[in-house]
Amino acid sequence: MPEAYIYDHVRTPRGRGKADGALHEVTALALATVPLKSLKERNNLPENSVDDVVLGVVDPVGEAGSDIARFAALNAGLGEKVPGVQISRFCASGLDAVNFAAAQIMSGQHELVIGGGAESMSRVGIGASGGAWPMDPSMAVPAYFMPQGISADLIATKYGFSRDDVDAYAVQSQQRAAKSWDEGRFNKSVVPVKDVNGLTILAKDEHMRPTTTMQSLAQLQPSFAAMAAMAGFDAVAIQSHPEVEKVNYVHHAGNSSGIVDGAGAVLLGSKEAGAKHGLKPRAKIRAFANIGSEPAMMLTGPVDVTEKLFERSGMKKSDIDLFELNEAFASVVLRYIQAFDIDNAKINVNGGAIALGHPLGATGAMILGTVLDELERTNKETALVTLCIGGGMGTATIIERV
Amino acid sequence: MAYKNFKFDVDADGIALVTWDIPGRSMNVFDEVSTQEIGEIIKQTTSDAAIKGVVITSAKEAFCAGADLSMLEGMNRSYAQLFKEKGEEAANQMLFEQSRQMSLSFRAIETSGKPWVAAINGLALGGGFEITLACHYRVAAENPKTRLGLPEIKVGLFPGAGGTQRVPRLVSPQDAMQLLLKGEAVNLTRAKALNLIHAVVPAADLITAAKDWIKGGSKAVAPWDEKGFKLPGGPVFSKMGMQMFPAGNAIYRRETYDNYPAARAIMSCVYEGLQLPIDAALRVESRYFTKVLRSKEAAAMIRSLFLSMQELNKGARRPAGVPPTKVKKLAVIGAGFMGASVGYVSAQAGIDVVLVDRDQESADKGKGHAKTVVDGLIAKGRMKQEAADAILARISATADYNVISECDLVIEAVFEDRKVKADTYAKAQPLLKSGAIFASNTSTLPINSLAEEFKDQGKFIGIHFFSPVEKMMLVEIILGKNTGDVALATALDYVRAIGKTPIVVNDSRGFFANRCVMRYISEGNEMLLEGVPPAMIENTAKMAGMPVGPLSLQDEVALDLGLKITKATEADLGPNAIDQAQKKLIVEMVEKQGRFGRKNGKGFYDYPEKGKGQKSLWPGLADLQPKQLDPDTLSVEELKQRFLVVQAVEAARTVEDHVITDVREADVGSILGFGFAPFTGGALSYIDFMGTKNFVALCHAFEKKYGSRFTPPKLLEEMAAKGETFYGRFPPKKQAA
Repeated sequence: MPEAYIYDHVRTPRGRGKADGALHEVTALALATVPLKSLKERNNLPENSVDDVVLGVVDPVGEAGSDIARFAALNAGLGEKVPGVQISRFCASGLDAVNFAAAQIMSGQHELVIGGGAESMSRVGIGASGGAWPMDPSMAVPAYFMPQGISADLIATKYGFSRDDVDAYAVQSQQRAAKSWDEGRFNKSVVPVKDVNGLTILAKDEHMRPTTTMQSLAQLQPSFAAMAAMAGFDAVAIQSHPEVEKVNYVHHAGNSSGIVDGAGAVLLGSKEAGAKHGLKPRAKIRAFANIGSEPAMMLTGPVDVTEKLFERSGMKKSDIDLFELNEAFASVVLRYIQAFDIDNAKINVNGGAIALGHPLGATGAMILGTVLDELERTNKETALVTLCIGGGMGTATIIERV
Repeated sequence: MAYKNFKFDVDADGIALVTWDIPGRSMNVFDEVSTQEIGEIIKQTTSDAAIKGVVITSAKEAFCAGADLSMLEGMNRSYAQLFKEKGEEAANQMLFEQSRQMSLSFRAIETSGKPWVAAINGLALGGGFEITLACHYRVAAENPKTRLGLPEIKVGLFPGAGGTQRVPRLVSPQDAMQLLLKGEAVNLTRAKALNLIHAVVPAADLITAAKDWIKGGSKAVAPWDEKGFKLPGGPVFSKMGMQMFPAGNAIYRRETYDNYPAARAIMSCVYEGLQLPIDAALRVESRYFTKVLRSKEAAAMIRSLFLSMQELNKGARRPAGVPPTKVKKLAVIGAGFMGASVGYVSAQAGIDVVLVDRDQESADKGKGHAKTVVDGLIAKGRMKQEAADAILARISATADYNVISECDLVIEAVFEDRKVKADTYAKAQPLLKSGAIFASNTSTLPINSLAEEFKDQGKFIGIHFFSPVEKMMLVEIILGKNTGDVALATALDYVRAIGKTPIVVNDSRGFFANRCVMRYISEGNEMLLEGVPPAMIENTAKMAGMPVGPLSLQDEVALDLGLKITKATEADLGPNAIDQAQKKLIVEMVEKQGRFGRKNGKGFYDYPEKGKGQKSLWPGLADLQPKQLDPDTLSVEELKQRFLVVQAVEAARTVEDHVITDVREADVGSILGFGFAPFTGGALSYIDFMGTKNFVALCHAFEKKYGSRFTPPKLLEEMAAKGETFYGRFPPKKQAA
């Protein structure tokens, strides 16, 4: 079986996902184009050299609809022979796009493929693509549908994470992210978003709040308690896990992932393709896996998929130098750390989505890149990247430097 | 053309007046003849060019009370027959086609091309309301008693003749869900405000107003058949819809624990139907209706909550030979909380009540209770001052036992203490007037043992009310071995007069209801001692369909009272008659921890002061558990089943013991008396619908794991071996309607 190598990766800065965010004026197409164009330029890819572009977009409607991957590829000047496909596995779409790209190469059918993702949350809006899951009683009821924040609070309740625990984690995320920017750890892979004149619109992540403290977070009210009580989700949470007397609402905007705009992409290829285009492989895809997990708790999929991945790959915790788990909510990470007894110094070492934001479809590709840069910076070998997913799923990928 | 159930007159303007008037019935219902004749009337009026429009009204006080549910029994029989002969698919197809006849009829009204007006003269419920929704115009006669609504959900069904489609096309999704899922009827003011009806006119002008609408160039097209029709709540996949449906699904689960297929079907009908044009939407509604008709929940609920309850209310157990009795004056001895409440509900039903207690102050306190109740209702706008005054005027309070000689019925509600009761009987007995009946409201002491204090045991009976009396609809009537027919008839007539549902049981410790409830409560305690997390005990009980968790229920009853009963039972019957481990638990709670339940603010729960948050489980419970089990290793399904099985197997024992002699009473009694999962149809129907064999197998599995409280009685073993059901083996006597 051919190996899939990672040759390069880039991401845009993450803009605050609101009308006053810097990237709000940038169309979804323009946003998705940025990392593709950058990969082409940085790696001197000839026209029509890429076999496919797989892009994760969670709400592919409106301007982000109708297979934006093809049009972003065209817009990026990759050449008219370069096709594109848009995929969604909710929050893991960006990582799945990388895995799908890798699979094309590992199956020997394609040589050079880009996997990535783009989400313009300020323009399209979370949930804009609708769907049966929350709406159709035949699914919402048996699947115990509840908004993810409530599932996150349920995790905190069941596994015993207090408000202080989740807030402390959030403060750490902010501090780590700020330090990484200060030390220039992201510089290599973040490409600015520019306007039609080449003027910079955004060069740095703008969701961060490096001055966050336990005291400042303590001011914030839990985000989901009122809605859960009014709209019945309280009862859904308890019926899904009747050992819980009441849900301890601990999550708020400060310890949950930020809503942001952003795009990222990873260039993958076979050994031969790299040689042909004079590219130096930086890592290879060692293994990846997907899994469905308990849908009510919803966000514990990373635990299940990691177990599956360890079993399938014959690897174990001690083989992994760094873990990168999307910080959808603080409790998701705390539960993962608890389940595998992971050293805090080995996970999300450059901060995560709590500080930097979570542009849904793009995040998976972005954090895979972040952890690869970190492996290189600290001269380590192996990293495991994983994300929790709506509806109760998990995606995980192990990469290894070469 | 002449019809049996309708008068049909065409006036000079060519307007047909269809007047519903089923001969020999006080109410119009959709029975077989009415359904068929409505179909013919639609055909006739549609094809006859001389007819310009149709007004449908009723000659009864009400417009129509809905469908005749016994009609469904016939449909079920032909379904079972066809299933046997031609298989499930053919049977389903038949049921689908048959059960949508009304829906198709109503749609034919809507698309007849001729204006139809519903002249709603009074109450219109269920199918009776649905037919009006298919008319192009709805005008109602002013009438404070008129209620419009779709109560099908209360018997496990849903409005399957267009109700789930037309209502949310007329009113907002939130209002539609209220009407459909709660089944609560609305008055005309509310109906008009909701846009469910077009106009309200003085009763005398009803038909004229209806005809005027036709003559005034009315349009015979439903709004949803017009181009550009917009749903009141916007499209399903719109911002509003995306707020409404996820919350609607969650609230559905909160209210039903997903135990009611009909309620889930309503949600699906609305969600799917609003994305479709009306004809396809009605077809989808019919598909779900067929599915719900096939559900055991619908069958069980119709049988217990409609048919059996109606039969019991009509006096199914009344001895035929006794002429009707009427309690004009009632004495209640013991004006405590229970006695005062019994007095209040009796006075409310027009009976003169005298509350008797050992001193005037105590008796007055009982009357004060009635005052508190009516004041509360007046404050909520649910009672008028005159009505309240009339009720209070019927209640007197005294310490003088001599008033007993004026009373037709005496109910004793003094302390649950043999001595106190014996003293009361000794004082009251000589004063009883001839023909008067004496009843005890005891809940814990066997009636036969109390009857011994009575000279004329034929007059002595148990009338056991449930607390809170104002709300609880069940009354358990307990026969002593010498209780006479007149006593029984008087008790039944009295219970009927106060608008409650009676069940008649033979004497036994705990009678019927409390015997089962005690099993429920102790199962909760067993789980606690096993190490099940307390919240999981409470939540799985509610998920099983019980209204209150077993720990919470004990707090409500009061733990010290529970302990007193346990000790009394032990004193009467010996140490093996009670569970010593559970006794130890309650002794610890009451005697060591001082936790008496809600009444002192601490029991299994901690109760904050009023307005300072909700009760929460006492964290100290963990220390009373010998060990703690990991909830992830426990089966929620099994915990739920244990709660229902332990009660059902006790109910089966009451049949074997002849405490229960009519299976309907166990079912209705279990639902009304202690809230046994209503969707099962009651404690015996739960067994019948599970299949006796399956139930016995489950009992044995639990017996092995948890002990002899699950051991099925011989009767059940025998029934399982023969493949019998309770309703098959003990068919209830059907009364002439």
